[in-house]
Amino acid sequence: MSTALSVSGLVKHFTVHAQGGVRMSVLDGVSLSVARGECLALVGPSGAGKSTLLRSLYGNYRPQSGSILVDHDGRVVDMVAAEPREILDVRRRTIGYVSQFLRVIPRVATRDLVAEPLIRRGVERDVAIGRAGTLLERLGVPARLWKLPPATFSGGEQQRVNIARCLVAEFPVLLLDEPTASLDRANWTRAVELIAERRDAGAAIVGIFHDAEVRDLVATRTHDLQPIGGSA
Amino acid sequence: MIETPLLQARGITKRFGPRVACRDVGFDLWPGEVLGVVGESGSGKTTLLQCLAGKLPLDGGEVHYDSKAFGTIDLASLSEARRRLLARTEWGFVSQDSREGLRMNVSAGGNIGERLMAVGERHYGNLRSVADDWLQRVEIDSDRLDDRPTSFSGGMRQRLQIARNLVTHPRLVFMDEPTGGLDVSVQARVLDLLRSLVDELHLSAVLVTHDLGVARLLTHRLMVMQGGSVIESGLTDQVLDDPQHPYTQTLVASILPV
Repeated sequence: MSTALSVSGLVKHFTVHAQGGVRMSVLDGVSLSVARGECLALVGPSGAGKSTLLRSLYGNYRPQSGSILVDHDGRVVDMVAAEPREILDVRRRTIGYVSQFLRVIPRVATRDLVAEPLIRRGVERDVAIGRAGTLLERLGVPARLWKLPPATFSGGEQQRVNIARCLVAEFPVLLLDEPTASLDRANWTRAVELIAERRDAGAAIVGIFHDAEVRDLVATRTHDLQPIGGSA
Repeated sequence: MIETPLLQARGITKRFGPRVACRDVGFDLWPGEVLGVVGESGSGKTTLLQCLAGKLPLDGGEVHYDSKAFGTIDLASLSEARRRLLARTEWGFVSQDSREGLRMNVSAGGNIGERLMAVGERHYGNLRSVADDWLQRVEIDSDRLDDRPTSFSGGMRQRLQIARNLVTHPRLVFMDEPTGGLDVSVQARVLDLLRSLVDELHLSAVLVTHDLGVARLLTHRLMVMQGGSVIESGLTDQVLDDPQHPYTQTLVASILPV
C-alpha cells in the first residue's frame, strides 16, 4: 500500500485577539498517515480537534508547525508550507472535502454546482454535466431539482448535493466531515455505499463519522484524538 | 502550471502629501488568479488598484506586467501612449461608478464597440453583431442595443460595463467594488456573471471590495489592508476561516449572519 497522505508533528492553536489574546491549543503534535484504499476515522470527544485537523489537511486552517505531505500527481506537496496557488491545484486535482454544510452559490443550478469540480479540471462540459446527473441520481436527488439552485433545499438534500460535488471528481484523497449526519435511512445507505466504493477504488479517506454504524461500514482504521488540557 | 506571474508588485508606496495611502505593498498575480483586496474605507485599497493600473504615479516600488504585446515591462517607465494601448487591449477596468466606466452619451452598442475598434475592428456589421452577442451574455435584451446607458438601471449599467471591458478578451481586469451600491438581488446576478466569465475566459483580476461575501465568492486569494499596509494575506478561505491578525478577526467577526 502506498501512502497518499502523511501528517507529522502537526500543531495548531488559535489566538483570539478579541479576548485579550487568549490562546487555544487544539492540535499538539498530531501524526498519522493514510494509504490508498484506506479509510481512517477520526474519533474522540467534541472539542478534540477532529474538524480542525480535517480543515488543516485541506489547507483551510493554517497550522503553526508540522507537515502535511500529500502525493499530488506523484509529487509531494506540504500543505503547511505550500504557496496558495499550489494548494488550489491540490484541491483541484487531489483532495476533495465534504464539509458539514453546503456553501450555496446564488443562481447556480444544482447540477452545474456538482459538475463544477470536473469542469475546473478541464473535463468537457457535457461529460461533466452527465456525470453530475448520474451521481445526483444515485444519491436520490430528484431530477426536477437539478436545475434549481440548492439554496431552498432541505438539509438532507443539500448534504447530498455536497457529497455529489465532492465525489464526482473522483479525488484520490477524500476528507469527509460528518457526510451522513442529516440523511434519512434510504439516502444514508446510498451515501455510505458510494463512500465505500471510492475507498475500494483506491481513494485514501480521512473522515469524522459520529455514527458508529457508518464508521463500521466505511472505516478501515481509527485514529484517536483527545482534547488538550486547558488554554494558556 | 504556467510559471511566470502576470503581474509582480514590489514595495508599492503612494503618498498624498504627508499621508501615506499605500505602504510597501507587494504580491504576485498568476494567470487565472483572482486576488481580492479587502479593508474598510480609507485603508488604501482603491489607491493600490489605481497604482497597479497605472492611473496614479508611484512614490516608491515597482510593478512589472507580463504583456502579450511588449513582453515583461515596468509600468512606471511605460510611456502614456503604451499604457493607454494596454488599458484598451490587454486590461479592463470596472469601476464602482458606472458613469466613470461608461460613456453615458453613447449607445450600449457603441460602448461595447469602442473597445473593439481600439483593437482594429472596423466593420460596422461585425461590431454590431459582437456587441449584440455581448449584451446577451450579460443578460441585456438585444433591443436595448441602441439605447444609452442613461436609460439603464444600476445593475444593467454594471453589466454593460463588464461587457465593454471583456469584449476584447483582456488578460487582466481591475475591479473596484463592481457590485457596490447595487440591490442584493441585482448584486447576485452581477456576481454570478463575473464568476462564470472569469472562469470561462481564464481571466486574472484584482478585485477591491469591502464585502467579504463578494470576496469569498469571487477571489482565490485575499490581501487585508489597514491604514495603507497589507496586514494579512493568504488563500481567501484561510483568511476568512482562520484569520490571524486582530483586525482581520474583527472584520470577519463583524459579518452579519443571514
